[in-house]
Amino acid sequence: MRDVAVIGVGMNRWGELWERSLRDIWTEAALEAVDDAGVDHVDAMYVGCMSSGLFVGQEHLGALLADQLGMGPIPGTRVESACASGGLALRQAWIDVASGLHDVVLATGVEKMTDVDGGAATDALATAADQEYESYHGVTFPGLYAMMARTHMHQHRTTRRQLSAVAVKNHRHGSKNPLAQFPQTVTAEQVEESVLVADPLRILDCSPITDGAAAVVLVPLEQARARTKKSLVRIAASAHATDAIALHEREDLAWLASTERAARQAYAQAGIGPDDVSFCEVHDCFTIAEIMVIEALGLAPRGCGGSGAESGATALGGKVPVNPSGGLKSKGHPVGATGIAQVREAVLQLRGEAGERQVERARWGLTQNMGGTGASTVVHVFERV
Amino acid sequence: MEVGIAGYGAYVPRHRIKVEEIARVWGTDAPAYKKGLRLQEKSVPSPDQDTITMSVESARHALARAGIDPTRLGAVYVGSESHPYAVKPSGTVVAEAVGATPEVHCADLEFACKAGTEGMFVGLSLVRAGAADCVLAIGADTSQGAPGDALEYSASAGAAAFVLARERLVAVCEHTYAYMTDTPDFWRREYQHYPRHAGRFTGEPAYFKHVLSCARGLMEKSGTRPEDFRWAVFHQPNGKFPLRAARELGFPTEKVEQGLLCPLIGNTYSGSSPMGLTAILDVAHPGDRVLMVSYGSGAGSDGFIWRVEERIREVQDLAPKTREQIEDHPLYLDYGTYAKFRGKILRAAE
Repeated sequence: MRDVAVIGVGMNRWGELWERSLRDIWTEAALEAVDDAGVDHVDAMYVGCMSSGLFVGQEHLGALLADQLGMGPIPGTRVESACASGGLALRQAWIDVASGLHDVVLATGVEKMTDVDGGAATDALATAADQEYESYHGVTFPGLYAMMARTHMHQHRTTRRQLSAVAVKNHRHGSKNPLAQFPQTVTAEQVEESVLVADPLRILDCSPITDGAAAVVLVPLEQARARTKKSLVRIAASAHATDAIALHEREDLAWLASTERAARQAYAQAGIGPDDVSFCEVHDCFTIAEIMVIEALGLAPRGCGGSGAESGATALGGKVPVNPSGGLKSKGHPVGATGIAQVREAVLQLRGEAGERQVERARWGLTQNMGGTGASTVVHVFERV
Repeated sequence: MEVGIAGYGAYVPRHRIKVEEIARVWGTDAPAYKKGLRLQEKSVPSPDQDTITMSVESARHALARAGIDPTRLGAVYVGSESHPYAVKPSGTVVAEAVGATPEVHCADLEFACKAGTEGMFVGLSLVRAGAADCVLAIGADTSQGAPGDALEYSASAGAAAFVLARERLVAVCEHTYAYMTDTPDFWRREYQHYPRHAGRFTGEPAYFKHVLSCARGLMEKSGTRPEDFRWAVFHQPNGKFPLRAARELGFPTEKVEQGLLCPLIGNTYSGSSPMGLTAILDVAHPGDRVLMVSYGSGAGSDGFIWRVEERIREVQDLAPKTREQIEDHPLYLDYGTYAKFRGKILRAAE
C-alpha cells in the first residue's frame, strides 16, 4: 500500500441554503478542493451522501456530480453509511490511491436537507436506524440518543451540566469558524432552558439540520511534494468498524463499540496511542455522543467522558482539543458532508491554517465519523509530515 | 387630493385558549413555546362566529366612527383566507348587513395573511380616482392550524374594518408601496382543511425578506426614516417576528408595542396588521405618523404611511377600542371545548 496525502480541501458556508441546489453547493466545494490541490484533473471521485433521494428526490449522484464537475467520464461513486457516509467516502478514496488504482482522487460529501420540512427530515434521518425494530415503533434519533444519555447518566453519574458543557464548548469553537452554521456562543443556562426534544436532550443538545458540502483531494505521498508547496498532511490510518444497528442488540447502551474497534485499529496503523493525538474532530450529533466518543477513543476513561468539556480538557488550549471546528453542533451537520468537513478541519489544523481556532503544535489529528447511533464508525488519523 | 381613513373598527372574539392548554394536550414544552413565539394565548371564535360575522362587527364599529351613510359606500371588500364559502361571497352578506346594497361593488379578496390590506390598497385607489365616494375594506379571519402543528398555538380569529374616503379623515394615507415575489412558504390547496407550511423557510426568505424590503422601499420612496414615525405596525404571525423586523429597521420597541396584539390574541391572519393599526389609532394624536407593513405568504407585503388628523379625537370613543375589547372578560376554553368550537371533532350523525 502507498502512503497517501491530502493536498486540497474545499468547503462552503453551511446553513439553510434555500437559493441553491445540491449540485450547486457540491460543485463549489469540489472546485475549491481541486483549486487548493492545484491539480488539473482527477482520476476518480467518491461522494458520501446519506439520503439525497428522500431529501431532494435525486439519486445517481456519482454520475450527476462527475458530469457537473466537468470531469466525466471518470468513475464517480456514491457511498452511503448514514451519517458516516463522508468518512467512508474518504476511506474509499484512500483505498483507491493507496492500492495504486488511481493517483488523483476526489473524496466529497454533500447533503441538502432543508428543502423538506422538519418532519420529513426526521423521517429521512430515521432510515439510519433499524426500520423493523426501531423506526416502526416511532423512535427518532433524538429519542435513541436520549436513551443512551439516560443510561450514561444512570451508570456513570454523568450530569445535565456536563452535557451542556459540550454544547457551550463547541459553540465557542464554532464562533471562530467563519463557515459555521450557528457561530453564536451559548451558555449552559441557555442550553438547559432550550426546548425539550427528548428528555434529557434539549434543542441545544442537538446538531442542526444543514445544507452543505465538503471535498478533499488525495494523491500518493510520493507525488504530493511535486504538486503542492503547502505543508503536507498524510493519512496515517484509516479504519472502519460496525456494530448492531439497533440499540437493543448492544451489550451496553452507553458504549460505542464500533468507535472503540475502529480507533484501536487506527492507533495500531498509525503507530500512536490516544496520548499522542494533538486534536480530534468527532461526531457530536448530540452532546452525549461527544462524551461517549471520547471514551471510546481512549481520550477519557470509560464512563468519565462527561468531565472532558466540563474540565476544559477538550477545549482549545486544553489537553486534547475536541472539535476545534465547532463540531456538528455549531458548524452544522449536513450528514453526508460531515465526515469530509472533519478531514478539511484536520488538514487546516495540521497545515497551520486554522486561524483563530488553531491548535498549537499540532502533529497528529484524528477524525471520527459515525453512522446512526454508532452502528458504523470511520476513524482516520492524519500526520503533518 | 388627500385620501385616507374616515372610520376604523376592530372585533375580537371573547373566547381564548392559553398556550399551556394546547401544550398540555400535545405534551409539548409550554414555556419554550411561549418564549419562542412570544405568545401567551390566542382568540377563538365561538361556533356561531365566522369571517362574515366578525367582518360585520368590525364594519359597524368603523361606520360608527366614520359617521357616514352606508349607502354612500361604493365598494365593500372582505379580505380573508377563511371565507366560509368556497363559492358565494362573504362581501354580499357583509354589504347587506351594514346597509350598503344594492349600488355597491363587492369582492372577496385572498392573499394569505395580506388579504386585509389588499382591500385597503385597492379601496384607496378607487377613492383617489373618484370612482367611489367611500369604500369599506375589511380584513378578517378564523384561521386554522392543524392539531399538534406549531401553527395551532397562534392561528386565531379577529377582524378590522376601515372606511376609506376623501373627507372626514382621521388618518391621511401619505404613501403606499407593494413588494412581492413568488415564494411558496405557506399554502392550502382546495379540499384541504388545514394549511401546510415550510417550517423555518417561512422566516428569513419569506416574512423577513418581504416585510423588510417593503418597509425599506416605502421609506425610500417617501424619503422618510424611522425617526419620522411615532408608531409602526407589522404583520404578526407570532410575537417575535414583528419585534425583530422593527429592530432591523431601526424602530425602537416602544413604537411597535401599542400595535403588537399577537402576544394577547394570536395571529389573526388577514386581521393582523389592520387590527394593530386600529389599536394605534385608538391612542394616536393628531400629527402622529404610522408605518404599516402587512405580509401574506406566497408572498408579498403592502406598505402604508398614515398621518393622523385632528378628527381622530372625535372618533376614538365612538366605538369599542381594540385593546379594551381584548381585555373585556375573556372566556378561557379547555382544549376539548376549543376542539369542538373549531370543528376539530365531529358529532356522530343523529
